[in-house]
Amino acid sequence: MNASENKVPAGWSPRIVAFFCNWCTYTAADLAGVSRLKYAPNVRVIRLMCSGRVDPQFILEAFARGADGVLVGGCHPNDCHYVEGNYKMLRRARLLRRMLAGMGIEEARFRLEWISAAEGEKVKVVVNEMVEQIRALGPLGLPGRWAEWDREVAGLAERVAAVEAAGVGEKESEVAHG
Amino acid sequence: MNHGKNNGEEIRIGFYVCHCGHNIASMVDCAEVAKYVEQLPHVVLSRDYKYMCSDPGQELIAQDIKEHNLNRIVVASCSPLLHEHTFRTAVERGGINPFYFHMVNIREHNSWVHTDRAAATLKAKALARAAIKRVAHHRALETKRVPIHPDVLVVGGGIAGIHAAMTLANAGKKVYLVEREPTIGGHMAKFDKTFPTLDCAACILTPKMSQVGAHPNIKLMTYSEVTKVDGYVGNYTVTIKHKPRYVIEDLCIGCQDCIPACVYKEPKFPDEFNENLGKRKPIYIPFPQATPQVVIIDPDTCLNLKTGKCKKTCVEACGDKKAIDFKQQETFEDIKVGTIIVATGFKTFDATKMPQYGYGIHKNVYTALEVERLVNASGPTGGEIILRDGTHPKSIGIIHCVGSRDERHNRWCSRVCCMYSLKLAHLLKEHTGAEVYNFYIDMRTAGKNYDEFYGKLLDEGVHFIRGRVGEVTDWAFTPEEEGHLVIRVEDTLAGYVRRIPVDMVVLATGLEPQEDAQEVRRLFNMSCGGEGFFLERHPKLAPVNTFTDGIFLAGCCQGPKDIPDSVAQAGAAAAEALVLVDKGYVEQEPNTAFVIENECSGCKSCVPLCPYTAIAFDGSKQKAYINEALCKGCGTCVGACPSGSIVQNLFEDAEVFSEIEGVLAE
Repeated sequence: MNASENKVPAGWSPRIVAFFCNWCTYTAADLAGVSRLKYAPNVRVIRLMCSGRVDPQFILEAFARGADGVLVGGCHPNDCHYVEGNYKMLRRARLLRRMLAGMGIEEARFRLEWISAAEGEKVKVVVNEMVEQIRALGPLGLPGRWAEWDREVAGLAERVAAVEAAGVGEKESEVAHG
Repeated sequence: MNHGKNNGEEIRIGFYVCHCGHNIASMVDCAEVAKYVEQLPHVVLSRDYKYMCSDPGQELIAQDIKEHNLNRIVVASCSPLLHEHTFRTAVERGGINPFYFHMVNIREHNSWVHTDRAAATLKAKALARAAIKRVAHHRALETKRVPIHPDVLVVGGGIAGIHAAMTLANAGKKVYLVEREPTIGGHMAKFDKTFPTLDCAACILTPKMSQVGAHPNIKLMTYSEVTKVDGYVGNYTVTIKHKPRYVIEDLCIGCQDCIPACVYKEPKFPDEFNENLGKRKPIYIPFPQATPQVVIIDPDTCLNLKTGKCKKTCVEACGDKKAIDFKQQETFEDIKVGTIIVATGFKTFDATKMPQYGYGIHKNVYTALEVERLVNASGPTGGEIILRDGTHPKSIGIIHCVGSRDERHNRWCSRVCCMYSLKLAHLLKEHTGAEVYNFYIDMRTAGKNYDEFYGKLLDEGVHFIRGRVGEVTDWAFTPEEEGHLVIRVEDTLAGYVRRIPVDMVVLATGLEPQEDAQEVRRLFNMSCGGEGFFLERHPKLAPVNTFTDGIFLAGCCQGPKDIPDSVAQAGAAAAEALVLVDKGYVEQEPNTAFVIENECSGCKSCVPLCPYTAIAFDGSKQKAYINEALCKGCGTCVGACPSGSIVQNLFEDAEVFSEIEGVLAE
């Protein structure tokens, strides 16, 4: 179940989905570009107006679709273009982290960073650091795991159906919970 | 989740990948990206082109829309912060709604930051695919037109603020000019002459100051500060704090009879305007041409304000005018403006941070700004160069780059120090006939007629020594050094270490952001660069704009510059503000949120989240409702709605989810 138990496929490289707020972190990533700073190509940025727009479902969706890491970038506390969207993201992130841990998703795979428009350098550092951390963890492979779980559930359903067919008169509720 | 969109029409996407010359093409195989996108669902045509933002590039999009009946457009090129608007306009010219467009950033976020061509190409494909998936969900949207308040606020009354305010006022706009000091004029008012023409600073500045004071379209608010900024482009509500000057501005006629009448017979307190080189009384006017011509009482030194026990001879001298009011309190005033120009200026580097240069340790070490007052005819010595120890200097050393171009202090070049050092060298030589030495790292005299001025100084016999000064000391090694300050420097042209004894040292201190730049930045919702100066929207193409619409920058708050550049930039900022104001309205991005009423469960989770109180709860329907006029489009409520019944235009769930799917499907 642990990612480290998974075999690292040949040629695998971490895939990171990043949600950057328009005003600070997206602009910082632009600045990193203008400054020709070099960082790992593993990150795919999705622009939102505010980190407050980041629905925890986006993060779950990214993992479910095969991301090995998710990065959310917003303005520093007190600097949010929309007053306090970043604080709201922070609150959600704390809840979500506990949930991700319960799903066996390591802490380092989800990162929330405050990166101001002037911090192009920080974009570079954070991305490179995250890529390295995830490289060490190996692939998350959530879609694969879920396929496995689906197969398990399907197998269970088959057995239930078989038991149902065999044991005539047995109550449905007993089967379902048995 | 697609709310009444598409009407079942067939989605026909046109895709364009831009080479941006070599900027993108050298790191991304554009032809391959185009070929890859061509086979994606709904893509009707896919092209790569050298410069998409050029006229022919834009025309290509418009033509293709018409010829191939395209109804969605994706362009992969630079940052949307740069050219989204350009392409939306092109799409509109093609005859479809501009919001059927999406832009992919493969330059700033890809070709410029990566070194592996295969990986960069793969990334470009992933980003392109995400956009192709996303754009299918786009809907036709309309920009909202919001009327603009015609008045303008200028913050900072230095030369930049003055020029911006005058330009706008002359164009017939009402301008509020807010200055926190008791007078406008800023740093320039303290200068003696200006380089390279040696114009008298006061002669060119003070007439402008009095024009500002008298202009019917300018409401001058000195000794005042902005404490709060609410609203958005076109409709800002700004709270101004008026600090008590204990003199009623409207009643004071500037006769200054009160000053000699003060119970302090002699000026006793450090005079800030003269860089503390002179003295003033508790009731004073900062300098003779101060605007407004209104005296001010300093509560920290006024006997009456401190103890309540004073004969109040000033009040007596004021007589019937009754301008002095010891009970004055700070007051707050709200003003409404459409745009704001921030021109809050700079501060000079604190020379005590470099104790090796002896400022504050040796009496005869001065900062350049102090020397400006010293050579000034209206300064504390009437223009005579009398040192702190009462002597006249026979030799003077001017040390360049103090606090500038220095990893330990400020990395940047302060841009004006070379020229003002040359100017002071000339003025000091003229005033004293002394030997003048300039210690420089590089001579930077790049403005119009500046290098010629440098040449003139060489002809005048001013000495130039290339090398960063190690220290200024009074520790004499030889009898000739006895009683002098000694400048120890490695002369990098001659190739040896020299010790040069001088009577006076002038430190050419660099320019820094104001102490409170961070608070001001927050107040106006601006960004700062790494060094703390306010950040322009684009260093080349939007040098006076900020990332906040309707807020512009002028002068040294944006970075070190000299007077001509400050004035030019102030004019530019005024023009940009005028463009907005005269247009009469602003178009707002339609990225606002709305509630799908029949899906809303009425849980009220969203209501307290909105910082703009745009969400209200309709008790009779038990549904939330978003006031579009108040919504700024952050999307925080959308991310929080547990029933998924709030939609943000341009950032709909389906659009973001399809982007996630797109970037990961490789």
